[in-house]
Amino acid sequence: MKAVMKTVTIAVVAATTMISANAAMAEGERYVLVSHAPDSDSWWNTIKNGLALGGEQMGVTVEYRNPPTGDLADMARIIEQAAASAPDGIITTLADFDVLSGPIRNAVDSGIEVIIINSGTPAQAREVGAMMYVGQPEYDAGFAAGQRAAGDGVGSFLCVNHYIAQPASTERCQGFADGLGVPLGNQMIDSGQDPSEIQNRVMAYLNANPDTDAVLTLGPTSADPTILALDQMGLAGDIYFGTFDLGGDIVQAISDGVIQWGIDQQPFLQAYLPVVVLTNYHRFGVLPGNNINSGPGFVTADALGLVADLAGEYR
Amino acid sequence: MSNPDATVDERIKETSKLRKALIRPELGAIVGTIAVFAFFIIFAGDSGMFNAQGVLNWSTVSAQFMIIAVGACMLMIAGEFDLSVGSMIGFAGMSIAIISVTLGWPIWVAIILTFVLCIAIGALNGIIVVRTGLPSFIVTLAFLFILRGFTIFFPQLIERRTIIGGISEAAEGDWLAPLFGGKVGGGFFIWLGDLGVIEVFSRGTRAGQPVVDGIPMLIIWALGLVAIAHIILTRTQFGNWIFAAGGDAQAARYVGVPVNRVKIQMFMFTAFCACVFATCQVIEFGSAGADRGLLKEFEAIIAVVIGGALLTGGYGSVIGAALGALIFGVVQQGLFFAGVESSLFRVFLGVILLFAVILNTYIRRIITGER
Repeated sequence: MKAVMKTVTIAVVAATTMISANAAMAEGERYVLVSHAPDSDSWWNTIKNGLALGGEQMGVTVEYRNPPTGDLADMARIIEQAAASAPDGIITTLADFDVLSGPIRNAVDSGIEVIIINSGTPAQAREVGAMMYVGQPEYDAGFAAGQRAAGDGVGSFLCVNHYIAQPASTERCQGFADGLGVPLGNQMIDSGQDPSEIQNRVMAYLNANPDTDAVLTLGPTSADPTILALDQMGLAGDIYFGTFDLGGDIVQAISDGVIQWGIDQQPFLQAYLPVVVLTNYHRFGVLPGNNINSGPGFVTADALGLVADLAGEYR
Repeated sequence: MSNPDATVDERIKETSKLRKALIRPELGAIVGTIAVFAFFIIFAGDSGMFNAQGVLNWSTVSAQFMIIAVGACMLMIAGEFDLSVGSMIGFAGMSIAIISVTLGWPIWVAIILTFVLCIAIGALNGIIVVRTGLPSFIVTLAFLFILRGFTIFFPQLIERRTIIGGISEAAEGDWLAPLFGGKVGGGFFIWLGDLGVIEVFSRGTRAGQPVVDGIPMLIIWALGLVAIAHIILTRTQFGNWIFAAGGDAQAARYVGVPVNRVKIQMFMFTAFCACVFATCQVIEFGSAGADRGLLKEFEAIIAVVIGGALLTGGYGSVIGAALGALIFGVVQQGLFFAGVESSLFRVFLGVILLFAVILNTYIRRIITGER
């Protein structure tokens, strides 16, 4: 019992120091970024880096919150909670309009400035009363990629969807199919998030459908194992391969000629710009007059330089 | 209770009132609740956690935990587990969405059919467990995957997407939907807002209205389920049967307790609770998603264990589980208000959970003298 009490004391002291350390930084404006990403999604590190750098450069306090399992109903509660703590601004994704619009509108109504990033559309952002939208319209990005692939002679494809529960990911596949001018049908597979499962499902699909022209992946989570799958099947560099988002392995594969292009939606900007915009708005009342499209930008082998160095960190 | 006229039987051991109070399973949870509130009042008292919006926020989250914890608690006292609760939440929500939005049937039909479906699956869980004698851990683990799989498969098949919206429109004007997604006491809160007791919106289309416009039905359901389950467990013969089934099933059978039936009914009740959770959620948020309820089964079990129930069955209390859910909700939401770095929040949560359980065990051992 004595030992237990001692441990309790130590834990309480540790907790107190950590909290007061945080409170000491809390001068000036405070902004909260709420994402829909589960803990396991590494892509959001870039968002965290952009947020931290924005906060540091502008001299404001920034916080990052997400639902641990990616459950959007939990995310709605996190937004309500963020609003109850009365920050100066909330930066959030609009991953599901039905679930999130209510809490966001309540935050706006209670006088908190909101900027929508990453998911959702500019129209939805306007509807919930957000200040602006910073992101990449997903369907349009998929459509642009589809048109590009059609120009390169692609007629059929495999879309490796590692986050099937997120509507935006399906929109990318649908956009790509529409851009190509073919029906999506069963060309989209639910790959799950486990790398070895993804690798084997891609191999199984390509074995069963040997006349597939192209592979589309939706981010590093599915792209990295797909690269391995293609390697193993001897298709690397042979099959047309495009991906959303960048990461270390993707950049390497682009320079190796395995991946034709990566669509960069520049997550860094999605976190960094709202902090800058909000701070300047609160301090000087200045505001860009429009939404900001952070993507799509096609990264090909010709333009790798900086991208290669910073992939996964700021790119 | 015994006849007041009966003479004192020498076989009945005298127990002091204090001792009786101390061996209650929920004692640890009561201590934990007080500790947690004290902690957050000190460290997050001025952060908005205890204004109207903040209180509503953590109460709603706690109420969610409470609804599934009540089911998990009754089942655990009856000596079984249900790991399919989280998947059941996603499944039930999706079932309501598909029946009401895709098939276009009235939402009350969707809700009733979904309840029937979920309770039937709960019964199936129970029947497989009692018939095969397999651990419920394994059987419900199977259903965790089966239900989650269907929840992703059906909307994909029918609508080519995994989130189905439009439930708010379908629920408009329905007689049953407000029972799950409505709010009560709106007028009371407007009055409070007018008095200046709670904040009002300062601008926008809702200027002048209070920031909290009613108590969600979710909270009413939670309190109602806790009350009913507590009465059943402590005041009825059926409650004794539940304890007996979880304590020593064979001994209970010898004295005529229908152990199998009790266990199956508890599986059905757990499924019912998950379905209440799911229905409140889809009506409130207007959409059903394939990933709803992920890991909720463990959160329910954690709340029950903090509440003083034994993992081996036969001992526990619904009030304890409800307090466990309250602690869970307050800690989870409170750490944000206290400004703790988000990646550390799970560490804190784990530490607090561990302390609650250790404290529980210690108190019980010291008081009861068991080893």
